[in-house]
Amino acid sequence: MTEVLEQPIASTGAERHARWVRISHWVLALSLLTLAFSGFVILMAHPRLYWGEAGNDLTPALLELPISRNYKHGGWEKPTPLVAESPGVISADRTYDIFNQNGWGRSLHFLAAWWLVVPGAVYLLLGIGRGHFRAHIWPGANELAPGLVWRDVVDHMRLRIPATRGGPQYGLLQKYTYSLVVFVLAPLMVVSGLTMAPAVTAGFPFLLGVFGGYQSARTIHFFTFVALLLFVAVHLVMVIKSGFTRQIRAMTVGE
Amino acid sequence: MNVKTTGLITRRRAIITGFAAAGGFILTRSPKDLPPTYGNLLRMGDTLTYAAHRTLLPGQSLVKEYRPKDITSFPATGTTNPAVSDKSPFADGYRKLQSGSFADWRLTVEGRVARPRTFSLAELKQLPSRTQITRHTCEEGWTAIGQWTGVPLSLVLDAAGVLPTARFVVFYTFDDWVDSIDLLDALHPQTILAYGMNGRDLPIPHGAPVRLRVERQLGYKSMKYLHRIVVTDEFDDGGKKGNIQSGWAWYTGI
Repeated sequence: MTEVLEQPIASTGAERHARWVRISHWVLALSLLTLAFSGFVILMAHPRLYWGEAGNDLTPALLELPISRNYKHGGWEKPTPLVAESPGVISADRTYDIFNQNGWGRSLHFLAAWWLVVPGAVYLLLGIGRGHFRAHIWPGANELAPGLVWRDVVDHMRLRIPATRGGPQYGLLQKYTYSLVVFVLAPLMVVSGLTMAPAVTAGFPFLLGVFGGYQSARTIHFFTFVALLLFVAVHLVMVIKSGFTRQIRAMTVGE
Repeated sequence: MNVKTTGLITRRRAIITGFAAAGGFILTRSPKDLPPTYGNLLRMGDTLTYAAHRTLLPGQSLVKEYRPKDITSFPATGTTNPAVSDKSPFADGYRKLQSGSFADWRLTVEGRVARPRTFSLAELKQLPSRTQITRHTCEEGWTAIGQWTGVPLSLVLDAAGVLPTARFVVFYTFDDWVDSIDLLDALHPQTILAYGMNGRDLPIPHGAPVRLRVERQLGYKSMKYLHRIVVTDEFDDGGKKGNIQSGWAWYTGI
C-alpha cells in the first residue's frame, strides 16, 4: 500500500534517499561508532579471546591482543590446586592493578546498544513494509550472474567508482555488501552480544548452544566487529570516491 | 490527504504514543523501587535495561548448569584476603575469625523481617543445601566454571520471615562493600549463600566463609566475605560503598 511513496520520481530525475532512511542512517551510524569505541574500551580490560564456555588468565587463550597494559601482565600469586582430583584446575590471586574502565564503558555500550536495537528494528520493519529492501538493497535475480559480479569486483579493485546519482541506485557489490551488513552482520552482533548477558541466557539457554558457549559468542562478537569496521572503512572510501559532498548532501538534506 | 496517508499517520501516532507511555512509565515510577540515577545518562540506560529484563525475560528461569568435568581454573580478583586489606575497618575482626576457623563467624539477618537473627556457619550448614556447577561471568570479560555448595538464600530469608512490603536485600561484606539485589533475584532457586567450592570449604581468596552466588548477574554481584544481610522496602544504593556512586551499574544481568 505504501509502495507509491518509494517509486522513482521519473519526472524530476533520479530517486532520492527517503527521509526515514536518512534518519536511520545517522542514528545507526552514531550508535555504531559509540558501540565500537566503548566495545574497544571493554576489550582492553581483558584482551584475550577464547573458544567454548569458559576462559580466563589461568587458561590458554585463542588470541591475545596487545591493546592495553593488561596484555600478558603476569601479575599473579603462585597458583594453588582448586580440585583435589585434577591438579590442572588452579586458583591464583591477582596482584596486578589492571586497566579497567568498564564502569562507564559497559553502561555506555548498552546505552548505545538500545540506540542500535530499537531504531534498527524500526528500520527493518520500514525496509520490509515500504519495499525499500526489495527495490534497492536485496540483489535481484538478474544480479546473480557471475560475469556481472566479476566485472563489478574488477571495477572496484581498480577504484573505478561511478559518481553517485544522489539516491538509492546501488551497484551490484554495494547491494551484496549492504545485504550482508543489514541481514547478517548487524543481527549477529546483537545476538552474540545478548548471549554474553547471563540473565538473557538464563531465559534463552539455546543461545549458548547456538554459539558454542559464552566465550565463543564473545569471540564471534569481536570478529563481527572487525568485519563491520572493515565495512565502514571501505564505505567511507567509496563515499569519497563517488563524490563526497554530493553523497553527504544526499544522505542529510536528501538532495 | 488520501486514505493511505491518514492510515500511515495513525500508525506513526500509535508508535509514538506507545514509546511515550513506556517512557512515562519508567520515568514516573516511584524512585523508591528503582536504583537512583543521579541524573547520569549511563545510569538511566542501566535502569532501562533492568526494566526491560524484568518485563521481557521469563520469570524464574534457571541458568545453565555444567558437569563436574567442565570445572575450570578460577582467578581470585578484587579482595583476596580481607585480613590484610588496609582499607577495610573489618580487617582485624576478620583475622580473628580466620584464626578460629570461622567458628565465631555470624551472619546477621535484619531489616524488614519478622524475626531478626544471626546464623553461625554450623547453623547455615544444617539448613537444606544446594550444589550447582555454574559459570562465573566477570565484567572484565573472563569466565570460569565452579561448583558451589550452600543454602538457598530464600530459606534463610524464610527463617527470618520477610515482611510483605519488602523489595530488596542488601549485603554487607568484610571487605567493606555494600550491594543489593531485588527480591526476584533474592528468591531465585540458584541464588545461594555458598560455603563450599568444588567440594571443599570456600577458600579465603574466593570469599570465605560464605559468599553470595547470584547466577543471573555478573560476578561482582556475587559478593564475597558476607557478614550482614538487611531486607529493605526501599532501594538502598549503599552510598559511597555501593556500585552506583562508584560509577558501576547496579543491575548486571547484561
